[in-house]
Amino acid sequence: MRITYRDKAWELPGGMTAGDAIKKVGLDPEAVLVVRNGELVTDDVILSDEDEVKLIAVVSGGDGEVS
Amino acid sequence: MRCRRCSKPAVINMRQHKLALCGEHFLGWIPAQTQRFIKKYEMFDPGETILVAVSGGKDSLSLWDLLLSLGYEARGLYIDLGISEEGYSSSSLAKVDRFVEKREGARLKVVDVKEVYGKSIPQLARERPEQKTCSLCGLVKRYIMNETALEEGAVLATGHNLDDEAAVLLQNVLHWQTGYLLRQAPVLPSTHPRLAQKAKPFFRFYERETAAYAILRGIDYIYEECPFATGATTIFYKELLNRLEGRSRGAKLQFYLSFLRAREKGFFLRMLPFGPERIPSVNEGLELGECERCGQPTTAPGLCAFCRLWKVAEAEVG
Repeated sequence: MRITYRDKAWELPGGMTAGDAIKKVGLDPEAVLVVRNGELVTDDVILSDEDEVKLIAVVSGGDGEVS
Repeated sequence: MRCRRCSKPAVINMRQHKLALCGEHFLGWIPAQTQRFIKKYEMFDPGETILVAVSGGKDSLSLWDLLLSLGYEARGLYIDLGISEEGYSSSSLAKVDRFVEKREGARLKVVDVKEVYGKSIPQLARERPEQKTCSLCGLVKRYIMNETALEEGAVLATGHNLDDEAAVLLQNVLHWQTGYLLRQAPVLPSTHPRLAQKAKPFFRFYERETAAYAILRGIDYIYEECPFATGATTIFYKELLNRLEGRSRGAKLQFYLSFLRAREKGFFLRMLPFGPERIPSVNEGLELGECERCGQPTTAPGLCAFCRLWKVAEAEVG
């Protein structure tokens, strides 16, 4: 499966959960959402070889005033 | 994982609530919870005008979308900071414009900092390398937000979520900023005629929930972070809190709600000249005067921090 996050991309084998895939690419599951083939899914979903997975960063920052 | 309400596949698992929901039920849950918090914390009434400060990001656009869908007279305020680095300001304004185009009757006011005050935020920041850009930008935004809310006769609403609030709380605790701790709240009532009421209707939602709302509602928000926010302290504290949350479900929520309870019980009052018998309202304990130049409330003698900033900037131009 192909996983993208911002301007990065990885190829990982299917059969693992989205949560494991997030950890595998070195990200924090609390800090991203998983969009699989265009649909938002929870991180217990088991991904397959054909899946296109986009990880969406949820952390924004700065002065925290307007986000 | 299945939706707790209907058994369809869940799109989000809110571990702190032990609640997984499908898209349909999540999009019903968020507005219902928001409405409950608005009422419980007396943020504003249905007849009032709300000015939503929008940046083009997920939180503020989601808040505006949600308040409009709940039937509030919610107007938008976009502050053009003039951040040309990576096209940030123009891209974020384009997102806000697109949001407005899709919503009939949505009213947006744009304040261009450079046009109104003569310099953009990056220009100001370059002249003050000793100051953090984010705090300088925050000062300018807070001033303009308050001024515009007063002009519109509106309550100011911002998209702060629980992660924002918990990160600020952690920062305040680490430095034992007791004055800031006393004034950190989901709603800041107007305690001066030149001070607009401020509310944070999303303060109980985790950041991943506001992001999920934006995605499910098809809100096209600016995904890139402000180029000046890279390495910002707030982001570092959020990462720390997320690591804690990963180990202990609900840790962020408990941290913030326990703080609010302690604050309501007067836990921080011993540091202030009130005596233990009564709880002061937000901003009590502060000697609020008026700025000699603009009239906005300030704790400083003479000019407020905003006018001091621009007075120096003008002197540098002259």
